[in-house]
Amino acid sequence: MIKLKINGELFEIDVEGSTPLLWVLREQLGMTGTKYSCGIGVCGSCTVHIDGEAVRSCLISVSSLKASQDILTIEGLSASNDHPLQQAWKELDVPQCGYCQPGMIMSAAALLNSNPDPSDADIDENITNICRCGTFNRVRKGIHRAADIASTKNSSAKHGGEK
Amino acid sequence: MKHQRINVSRRDFLIQSTAIGAGFSLGLFLPLSSRTAFAADNVPSYLSLGASSSGAEVNAWVEILADDTVVIRIARSEMGQGTLTGLAQLVAEELECDWSKVTTEYPTPGENLARDKVWRSFSTGGSQGIRGSHDYVRKGGAVARHMLIQAAAEQWAVPMAECTVASSVITHKPSGRTTTYGKVAALAAELFPPEHIELKDPKDWKLIGQPVKRLDTVDKLNGKQVFGADLQLEGMLNAAIKACPVFGGKLKSFDDSKVRKMPGVKKVLKVGDNAVAVVADTWWHAKSALDELSISWDKGPNAELSSAAIDKMLDEGLSSSDKVFEGNRKGDAKRALKAAARTVEATYAYPYQNHATMEPMNATALWTKDRCEVWCPTQNGEVALDAAAEASGLNIKQCDVYKIHLGGGFGRRGAVHDFVTQAVQIAKQIPGTPVKLLWSREEDMAHGFYHPVTKCKLIGGLDDKGNLDALQVRISGQSILASIRPQWLAENGADMITFQGFHAEGDHAISYTVPNLLVEHAMRNPPVPAGFWRGVNINQNAIYTECFIDELAHAAKKDPLEFRRQLMKDHPQSLAVLNAVADKAGWGTTPAKGVHRGLAVTKTFGSYVAACAEVSVDDAGKLRVHRIVAATDPGYAVNPQQIEAQVEGSFVYGLSALLYGECSIKDGAVEQSNFHDYPSMLINEMPEVEVIVMPSGGFWGGIGEPTIAVAAPAVLNGIFAATGKRVREFPLQNTDLRA
Repeated sequence: MIKLKINGELFEIDVEGSTPLLWVLREQLGMTGTKYSCGIGVCGSCTVHIDGEAVRSCLISVSSLKASQDILTIEGLSASNDHPLQQAWKELDVPQCGYCQPGMIMSAAALLNSNPDPSDADIDENITNICRCGTFNRVRKGIHRAADIASTKNSSAKHGGEK
Repeated sequence: MKHQRINVSRRDFLIQSTAIGAGFSLGLFLPLSSRTAFAADNVPSYLSLGASSSGAEVNAWVEILADDTVVIRIARSEMGQGTLTGLAQLVAEELECDWSKVTTEYPTPGENLARDKVWRSFSTGGSQGIRGSHDYVRKGGAVARHMLIQAAAEQWAVPMAECTVASSVITHKPSGRTTTYGKVAALAAELFPPEHIELKDPKDWKLIGQPVKRLDTVDKLNGKQVFGADLQLEGMLNAAIKACPVFGGKLKSFDDSKVRKMPGVKKVLKVGDNAVAVVADTWWHAKSALDELSISWDKGPNAELSSAAIDKMLDEGLSSSDKVFEGNRKGDAKRALKAAARTVEATYAYPYQNHATMEPMNATALWTKDRCEVWCPTQNGEVALDAAAEASGLNIKQCDVYKIHLGGGFGRRGAVHDFVTQAVQIAKQIPGTPVKLLWSREEDMAHGFYHPVTKCKLIGGLDDKGNLDALQVRISGQSILASIRPQWLAENGADMITFQGFHAEGDHAISYTVPNLLVEHAMRNPPVPAGFWRGVNINQNAIYTECFIDELAHAAKKDPLEFRRQLMKDHPQSLAVLNAVADKAGWGTTPAKGVHRGLAVTKTFGSYVAACAEVSVDDAGKLRVHRIVAATDPGYAVNPQQIEAQVEGSFVYGLSALLYGECSIKDGAVEQSNFHDYPSMLINEMPEVEVIVMPSGGFWGGIGEPTIAVAAPAVLNGIFAATGKRVREFPLQNTDLRA
């Protein structure tokens, strides 16, 4: 039995330990928001967070994970589709076909975790996801916009919230 | 109240009503998805919407629910290009419905067949989604509006002319009474459609031309959007497949003794004559077993094929007179070239490329002895249905296809549905069990319908004043039609699509007037499958033309913009987009230090497009594309912000091809296997893009493809300005740009 903590919930899964996290998410747990595209850790469609850091789940066997580690998938990013990135993405109509977008958003979310106001150079360095539709310029704008949304929220929280 | 029956004698209506049957006029037509026979665990919302609705089908395009939700039926496919939203805008414009209550639904191709093709074409290629259906979908909206108002008027027993509608609310002006579409839809569905319907004058459009948000975004932000690769049906098995990597090769045998005992494996099956599939409980189990399967191939006649051999074949075509077709001829180019004060000659080459959609090919099939159903991402539901029917061995009426939004299409999921054929061939061997076939990325790279390979020799003749007097163009290489649609070849065997951008007139006409012109194609078809690839042949033809025009301008010692302008006096719309990018980019002004500009212009898929790229090349030979200013005149612009997204996206696809796109052939197979050796542009290489949308009205041009054509030549001309190097073979990664 493999024990994994995903989106705050503990799962016991009967699966071979060599199975990549991507396929356990998709096939054992039915969380198909995390996508398969290359399977070799290049394209980023399968990006999830482990303890807040972006990883490519197609390359991580579940036996290498501990139940104490926090795994976050696109399904768990926000309770009601209102993470600053999701708000910004909606505002700017970022996705085209949408297949790479869960991975793109998870990569961007990890960047914002460690760097709440990333520069263009930070984005260039950290967002290495492939998007064949070519949403890059809106992705960039979306990350900046999400940083704005988050900072407005934080500053209003500090000041006792909005009236 | 008795409903007035009108226009029963109208011939085309009779044809329609016969095909549709009583259900149409009685509003009893089944909700679309209730015909999905199989219980699905996570069927996309746009497939299941109808099942929960108590809606009234006013006509084929419009269903209205009691709560005023408007369901607009979309026959074309959404693959990221925004067609779903654009087409809904067209229907809603005429329908005068509340846009905030609009949702969409895909009819099935089986339904289209049963209803005498009431939704017409499902084909989503050639940038046809909107320009190919704007007229009849707007009429669909207008007819529904008329019937809804008529229903309200009859209910109130007042003349229709006294009623108006806005945002799904019908008002009887004299009395001030109001009702909504949801309240009268059932009544409207019982009426006959009007005989004549007028479409709005474009100046009265309120929704067409507005940058409204896409209708399909929300589920793409939280993982809820179900793509074909994600589909889960009850009791479903998963299949991984491997076809002979050598084109034209066959499956000889396989030894499954080792893999049969591997976890989850259910079956190991021969698929068609060239492939083997492992069917298992999960795809990971299927794929893991397939990797261990011992397979022996009959490599067939192409086992020795190489890129070098293909190259030689194309070189021969550059000067041959065998199998040469004429695409455009004006004056006498050969004679004029002999008389020219100066001639310039260059040969370009363009490689095979894979579509590399982010979602690999897949289809889910369920076969029983009397029914075959397929769920798949497809650019053409009808072609998918044909493939399903043929592979199933059943009558097409016993088959249907449920379309799912695509994780990228780019032409790979349109004309050929090899993945549907395979899925049905597998499902047929496991009757009653749904099977999802998903290709690995490696399989996807090995079995594309590749962007065709061509070379092009161009000879230009300048007079003593440096004016272009003659142009001879010889394309040598592969015909897409010969590969996948031989029935579309011209009577003499010519593939006129090869001449995209060189035609004398029409949607893909040449943008220049050259007194003496000859454009020919020596058809040379290597045994590598070729297919339609976003932009099709304009990708390379625009490079050939626009880079060579730049070469001629340089030879004539003229400014590339001025040189083009001289040739474009009879092409005012092309000139307008070219001038627009030149103005906005500041052509003629000095760019930042180290930055150089390049231009390109073309007409394709019915739209006029141009680009000005700003590039630099550093001492290490590293290219940086800083900015591209792009202009497009598509006639009418349905959704400007989506046009902007398509232009930006087309540059990523076009520049990825220019920088990295190459499928080389060795021992009869493609050498590249995944994104590590078939790279795609990343965000750190993305230029700033400034999009000028300049609709001049009066025609409907395409959006998804046209601008892809101008990205590469504009950048290449910028590279020449920066380095003095003319790159004529691609991708660019093979060329050292150092001084």
